[in-house]
Amino acid sequence: MTTDTVHETTTPPEVGGVGHSVRRKEDDRFVQGAGRYVDDIVLPGMLHLALLRSPVPHARIVSIDTTAAAQVPGVVAVLTGRDLEGYNLAWMPTLSGDTQAVLATDKVRFQGQEVAAVIAESPYAAYDALDLIDVEYDALAPVLSPQQALADGAPLIRDDKEGQTDNSCYRWESGDKAATDRAFADADVVVKLDTHYPRSHPSPLETCGCVADVNPATKHVTIYMTSQAPHVHRTLFAMVAGLPEQNIRIVSPDLGGGFGNKVPIYPGYVVATAASLVIGRPVKWVETRTENLISTGFARDFHMHGELALKRDGKILGLRVDMLSDNGAFFSDAQPSKFKAGLFHIVTGSYDYPAAHVVTEGTYTNKAPGGVAYRCSFRVTEASYLIERLVQNAAYELGIDPAEIRMRNFIKPEQFPYESPTGFVYDSGDYPRALQKALDLVGYDELRAEQAAARAEGRLMGIGIASFTEVVGAGHGTEYDIVGLRMFDSAELRVHPTGKAILKLGVKSQGQGHETTFAQIVANELGIPVGDIAVEEGDTDNTPYGLGTYASRSTPVGGAATAVIARKLRAKATKIAAHMLEASEDDMEWEAGRFFVKGTPSQAVTIQDVALAAYSNLPEGMEAGLEGVHYYDPPNMTYPFGSYVVVVDVDADTGQWSVRRMVAVDDCGVRINPMIVDGQIHGGLAEGYAMSSMQFITFDEDGNCIGSNFMDYMIPTAWETPRFELAATVTPSPHHPIGAKGVGESATVGSPAAYVNAVIDAIAHLGVRNIDMPVMPARVWSAMTDARAAQG
Amino acid sequence: MDVTVTINGTERHAEVEPRVLLADFVRTHLGLTGTHIGCDTTSCGVCTVLLDGTPVKSCTVFAVQADGRSITTVEGLRNNGELSAVQRAFKEEHGLQCGFCTPAMMLVATSLLEANPDPSEDEIRWAISGNLCRCTGYVNIVKAVQAAAREAQTVGAEE
Repeated sequence: MTTDTVHETTTPPEVGGVGHSVRRKEDDRFVQGAGRYVDDIVLPGMLHLALLRSPVPHARIVSIDTTAAAQVPGVVAVLTGRDLEGYNLAWMPTLSGDTQAVLATDKVRFQGQEVAAVIAESPYAAYDALDLIDVEYDALAPVLSPQQALADGAPLIRDDKEGQTDNSCYRWESGDKAATDRAFADADVVVKLDTHYPRSHPSPLETCGCVADVNPATKHVTIYMTSQAPHVHRTLFAMVAGLPEQNIRIVSPDLGGGFGNKVPIYPGYVVATAASLVIGRPVKWVETRTENLISTGFARDFHMHGELALKRDGKILGLRVDMLSDNGAFFSDAQPSKFKAGLFHIVTGSYDYPAAHVVTEGTYTNKAPGGVAYRCSFRVTEASYLIERLVQNAAYELGIDPAEIRMRNFIKPEQFPYESPTGFVYDSGDYPRALQKALDLVGYDELRAEQAAARAEGRLMGIGIASFTEVVGAGHGTEYDIVGLRMFDSAELRVHPTGKAILKLGVKSQGQGHETTFAQIVANELGIPVGDIAVEEGDTDNTPYGLGTYASRSTPVGGAATAVIARKLRAKATKIAAHMLEASEDDMEWEAGRFFVKGTPSQAVTIQDVALAAYSNLPEGMEAGLEGVHYYDPPNMTYPFGSYVVVVDVDADTGQWSVRRMVAVDDCGVRINPMIVDGQIHGGLAEGYAMSSMQFITFDEDGNCIGSNFMDYMIPTAWETPRFELAATVTPSPHHPIGAKGVGESATVGSPAAYVNAVIDAIAHLGVRNIDMPVMPARVWSAMTDARAAQG
Repeated sequence: MDVTVTINGTERHAEVEPRVLLADFVRTHLGLTGTHIGCDTTSCGVCTVLLDGTPVKSCTVFAVQADGRSITTVEGLRNNGELSAVQRAFKEEHGLQCGFCTPAMMLVATSLLEANPDPSEDEIRWAISGNLCRCTGYVNIVKAVQAAAREAQTVGAEE
């Protein structure tokens, strides 16, 4: 079932359930500067920590002299890896089962790696002292690409790991090789593409940081921390530090964006906690922007080779992918443990064909570790990009319109649930409808006519399409886990005697508006007005265990948990209402906010009446209260999708390009708060534009990070960012309690291919089939120049 | 050095090292944490305050340079205890998500509307182009500034 109705709702505006664009409850504090972010926290006696980082990418540490630093006025302590070894904290586990140095003891393995820490009365004093730490390095040759990493004779980066004899960090494959080989043998045409999805960084405007507060008497640890997954982080802290888990409290307060950057544990958190433990005073660590960009979780950096086998009529037969990833010095990708390249094997996309084979290999290099899901569900961004680029190139090869070749290959609406050749079971979709809607909105046929006329005049314009399918909301828990913890999520709902409620969640907003959206789910199920429902997250002492917010999983998993617990409470409320009305439970009818006796609507009690009765007037033998907790393990993931069409004008002389139109049709199932959904899409489209046009991190031949600050790491401003035109279709998820699919990342996943396809489309007639992102004007100019030269 | 400023209408003073940045002075010495810090290179703009009515990035101004001058931060945006038109418009138009860039965006918008009560979309985008946002794609920030401008004009017409 697909509809265009996004505002369908069963509750009145004053209740504000699903489908209402309720204004956000969190905004009152934010517009008054009263948000509370980690760096706003000041505790009595608090010290400040600064980290000394390696200036070189690969070197043996000969010596570290901290004598002069320790004498700087205001300095309380200087710590090195040797000091941490005494607490068994010099190394820590990563989310991908590797180990990472907290403070380097043997070697430094990337520029920016943590080497020593100064703890001082003020941040100024701490930074003064950093300059006086004298480290002698014995330089080693750096390894700066995956190709170099796997070459014979490459320096071994991870000589700390027993049994590690090369720079390979994983090899993983998916699909059916024999079936795929057969598909390619039957093909009329094979279309190939080599492309690099460059290293990027989520760079939320708030950098990472913490305030660690260890009680010197009880050793009870409270860590205020920029964390998208506070419960998982607490468990990891218990494992790393050997502290009893009940003595660790992690509080993730307001977060100034996350986008995946705040999923991993970073050395700074561990050092600050160790310092607080050693010194007995609270210690704050807040990284600078440069530290954030050069050392914390990067994203992407996939070198992809794809081959598509097709019949001459455009029908796809199979897909072959070989992918080499650059994982940096430690394998610390944030993803489910069984899947070494995340969910990249969803690379078959929105199309129906029987065979695919995907080989992935990861490498250690002398670069920062990471591999986080940057506004992306575990590498689906790279996957979606590759297939959408390949399909577009196949259209050129076969002389079929890029929209038409998609229409010919889409999984049909009646094929859902659809099992893909790499084992994903897509829950629901209507791909032709979304694409047709986008084509109609943009005026596709007219644009193609204009393009032909423009080319005749020597003017370049391009139309790029991406019809992506995302996969979000991991688990099910038997398949998906983070460091062994099953990917369920939780909601605890307490309805108080006065009919007001508090909802506590295992997920954690970084700006997505959970305090509003999740209250709307409760409002929808119980009829309690949104304004009467408080939502709490982020404090591990005060919320049920959950895996956190990333990979668009809050609504699919935490939202489902919320709906289920609200329904359980309504079932209990029905019994209480029947008791109050002296009627049979079977005769109870429900409408938003009240129960009444079938056939006599005047015999009614409100949910508020029932809430009071739950504590004062219960049926005989019933347990008191109207409270409960639910841990939701999703039966499947959800599969949001959409079609984006971008129109660009390209300057034939300079390669400069600009976006004329960006039409985005998104289908994320039922939209809980349409206003917030649109806001999420706006943000994703802007980040997709950033990655396709300007935003990337690279390294020079000495291993220096280029893109280590906001003057080099280009983030589009309001001036460069295109204007967006949004539209929706609604295909509910059949297995989610309210039919929602999750939307935080769709636009970042889907849009880069649309932008890049548009630029390629403008110059495809010259024979250009690839420009690596970011598609900077110089690269466009070179591609055009080379293509013209090749054409003679 | 002794620095005295009038911040959000109140005179405050503190003893600071000459190298202390205005952003740190406002946040640490005056305890007003609505002004944020997001980069080290004057690029992101989240530390923007109004210095004698003009937006400045307070990470690139020394506290001593503000001595004797007037500063407005997000904490001073309310009028007579009520949210200002710009603050209301940011809420109503969903002009914020994580809220980290929001105080600076609202200060820049306030300053823009004082100088130009009826800005075009391009003028708004240009005015806020010194301020980064990672969440909104700027769409609803622009809408919020437009809505605040409309409201100010309606109020002006009624008066």
